[in-house]
Amino acid sequence: MNLLTLQGVHTHIGAYHILHGVDLAVPRGQLTMLLGRNGAGKTTTLRTIMGLWRASAGRIAFGGEDITRDATPQIAGRGIAYVPESMGIFADLTVKENMLLAARGARHARQMDEKRLQWIFSLFPAVEKFWNHPAGKLSGGQKQMLAVARAIVEPRELLIVDEPSKGLAPAIINNMIDAFAQLKASGVTILLVEQNINFARRLGDTVAVMDNGVVVHAGSMQALAENEELQHELLGLAL
Amino acid sequence: MNLKEFDWKPLALVPLLAVIVFPFVGSTSTWLTLTIAGLAMGMIVFIIASGLTLVFGLMDVLNFGHGVFIALGAFVATSVLGAMGDYTASASLWRNMLAVLPAMVVAMLVAGAIGLAFERFIVRPVYGNHLKQILITMGGMIIGEELIKVIWGPLQIPLPLPEGMRGTLLLGDAVVEKYRLVAVVVGAIVFAVLLWTLTRTKIGLLIRAGVQDREMVESLGYRIRVLFVGVFAVGSALAGLGGVMWGLYQQSVIPQMGAQVNVLIFIVLIIGGLGSTTGALVGALLVGLMANYTGFLVPKAALFSNILLMMAILLWRPQGVYALSK
Repeated sequence: MNLLTLQGVHTHIGAYHILHGVDLAVPRGQLTMLLGRNGAGKTTTLRTIMGLWRASAGRIAFGGEDITRDATPQIAGRGIAYVPESMGIFADLTVKENMLLAARGARHARQMDEKRLQWIFSLFPAVEKFWNHPAGKLSGGQKQMLAVARAIVEPRELLIVDEPSKGLAPAIINNMIDAFAQLKASGVTILLVEQNINFARRLGDTVAVMDNGVVVHAGSMQALAENEELQHELLGLAL
Repeated sequence: MNLKEFDWKPLALVPLLAVIVFPFVGSTSTWLTLTIAGLAMGMIVFIIASGLTLVFGLMDVLNFGHGVFIALGAFVATSVLGAMGDYTASASLWRNMLAVLPAMVVAMLVAGAIGLAFERFIVRPVYGNHLKQILITMGGMIIGEELIKVIWGPLQIPLPLPEGMRGTLLLGDAVVEKYRLVAVVVGAIVFAVLLWTLTRTKIGLLIRAGVQDREMVESLGYRIRVLFVGVFAVGSALAGLGGVMWGLYQQSVIPQMGAQVNVLIFIVLIIGGLGSTTGALVGALLVGLMANYTGFLVPKAALFSNILLMMAILLWRPQGVYALSK
């Protein structure tokens, strides 16, 4: 059963035609990796799903309902959390304030779900450690942890993350992989754009590979990981 | 606001400027008079500018029509205070306040309501295009001024201070006008309410977050357009309040009064850092002090002293004293 499906999605940005009919399925409860070379259209696909760029043709369905024409807040309100490549951290706000903003049901920090917060702190200890610090002063890895923590501060059906390992040290990447593995185990459906192949191989259940604005391969991550010839053909390298 | 993390240097500029000027003024009483007058003027300018800093910072809208709400607030005050002559003629400050407070409230309500229409019909079609924003909001201001002339007439209208706010107080040897103290109190209340709202409430958090990254706020599920409209209305209402204060300060109002202070407001915003309320306060106080000191010491330089101040600040901090992360 697919939670999210894209059928023939086209996206134009100004005069540029970026997505040329993307077909993508994200199965419920699984972690789907979206791979591809730079400029393949991965980030544009995520932004189009979130309504940040409008699909010029095609259909996007979430939980069976058409969300193609929905505005971004509506899409988020349906239960989709998004972590952009830039992380989208509000640098002048504290870590606590960043989290409070994402907790739409809470007006004050004390109204946030304490049990869920403790679970998030166990996944990302830096969030608790720097709770009252300005988010802008965190390191790159800590900001990435905050970005993901913020996305899951309330239960969401789908978590969309754009390159969480970008620019991070190997030790931090391993922490991230552990955190995503736990998130996956908790039942959250995840769509992850990633360039780090190790990251993809260790976490992915299913995979879609993009090139020139279309999905050129879709299947199980394991099958791609075991097929070196296909890896070379699709990605220009072996996993 | 975390006091440990707070950057005190820009705030320290205000007393520093006062201390640097002291030897040039010479007389302690004159210096004190000029300083309090400058701070009072700064507080009024802050009230006017505070709304625009939110509109500019959050919505990225260059609203050159902000001045029309200042004029509107002042003209509404002439009508309200004119109808409450019994209260304004009283020597009791409390009875005066019973007239001034309703004037402030009505001016804010009218300016806020007109602000909603201004956002809907003039600003909304040009979101994201600065050149069009400048042109159309200046056009909006011209239309607004003409409508004010239609309602209240084209001539200057006196807006005398209520009886209890006239005159002066003696602080040692320094002469301080009573109304300037009232302006300081009103400005401090506006600043406190704004700061509390921005730092202690969820709506304030949303505004501060929206100033930094509107797209991310939407991705978290909030309709930033609704927030924009609310902030625009509040910004216009604050301009209306500023118009009441400015009109009483000048003791007369003309339809072009908003346009006259527009440049001053933009200087304050640029000095303070776009979108920063504390920055707007510091910028306004510096501008108020500078205008009073140079007006006394070097009258010929008074006209461009604030431009010099802005240049000096921008050489130190090119994004303004309390630049927000974008």
